[in-house]
Amino acid sequence: MARFAVGARVRARPGDPDGHTRLPRYVRGHQGEIVDDHGSWQLPDEALRGTIRAEPVYAVRFAARDLWGAGSHSVIVDLWESYLEEAAQ
Amino acid sequence: MSGDHGELPVAARVRQLEDQVIAAGLTTDAELDEILAGRYRTGSPANGARLVARAWADAGFRDRLLADGNAAAAELGFGASGGGGYGYRLKAVQNTAQRHNVIVCTLCSCYPTSLLGPSPSWYKSFAYRSRTVREPRAVLAEFGLELPAETEILVWDSSAETRYLVVPARPADSAGLAEDALASLVTRDGMIGTAAF
Repeated sequence: MARFAVGARVRARPGDPDGHTRLPRYVRGHQGEIVDDHGSWQLPDEALRGTIRAEPVYAVRFAARDLWGAGSHSVIVDLWESYLEEAAQ
Repeated sequence: MSGDHGELPVAARVRQLEDQVIAAGLTTDAELDEILAGRYRTGSPANGARLVARAWADAGFRDRLLADGNAAAAELGFGASGGGGYGYRLKAVQNTAQRHNVIVCTLCSCYPTSLLGPSPSWYKSFAYRSRTVREPRAVLAEFGLELPAETEILVWDSSAETRYLVVPARPADSAGLAEDALASLVTRDGMIGTAAF
């Protein structure tokens, strides 16, 4: 069951997790918007430690201005659900 | 596979690992080459070009491609398999007069190999991966693609199990062309988003 719906505002978790992750550093701590639901896919962070578990993956759109302080483009990054939290209001 | 990787320390590490498993009698150079060759035997940008040409020629197909890339690719006989039964979700994104899409993989080199063939070495370079998310307009200009200032740019970072295919805007002078002729206009770079079509 997907926790987030398309249109929801989310924040990529800040900080530096132990071990492997597919959460790119450049979006950590930044807020974005869910723009697509990719379905459930095996979470690589756990798979590399031997635990096979699928989790929803979302396309999350970030404004370049938020990521880099400049730029008018958007960057859409595919993120597993546990990389995300609800955006602060 | 690419000149770029050959310059990286990781290439030397991979070669050392290959030497170890070959010395242990677990595989051979020929077997490793065959695995890679098998992966690339059917993958070609001609496959992606057929999808784009059909989308240009048939609005119904275009809508199905944008809604469910895997199902639309299957209509033309293409499975979205990365080899070894390892599948991916295919998401097609459409360029319009107002919006331009470009694909990157900042973490490594994820790429729809079955539809575009082997990725170009620049796609795997640190420069392309780091700069495209930061200053796509400048990167595209270096590829010779000067976009109007008002064109919105969407950069898709394929960081998970979805692979992206850009559907370029149909060239203005292509009216009346048959689907085969349309397909011959479509380039690999157009489907990555670093060329107009």
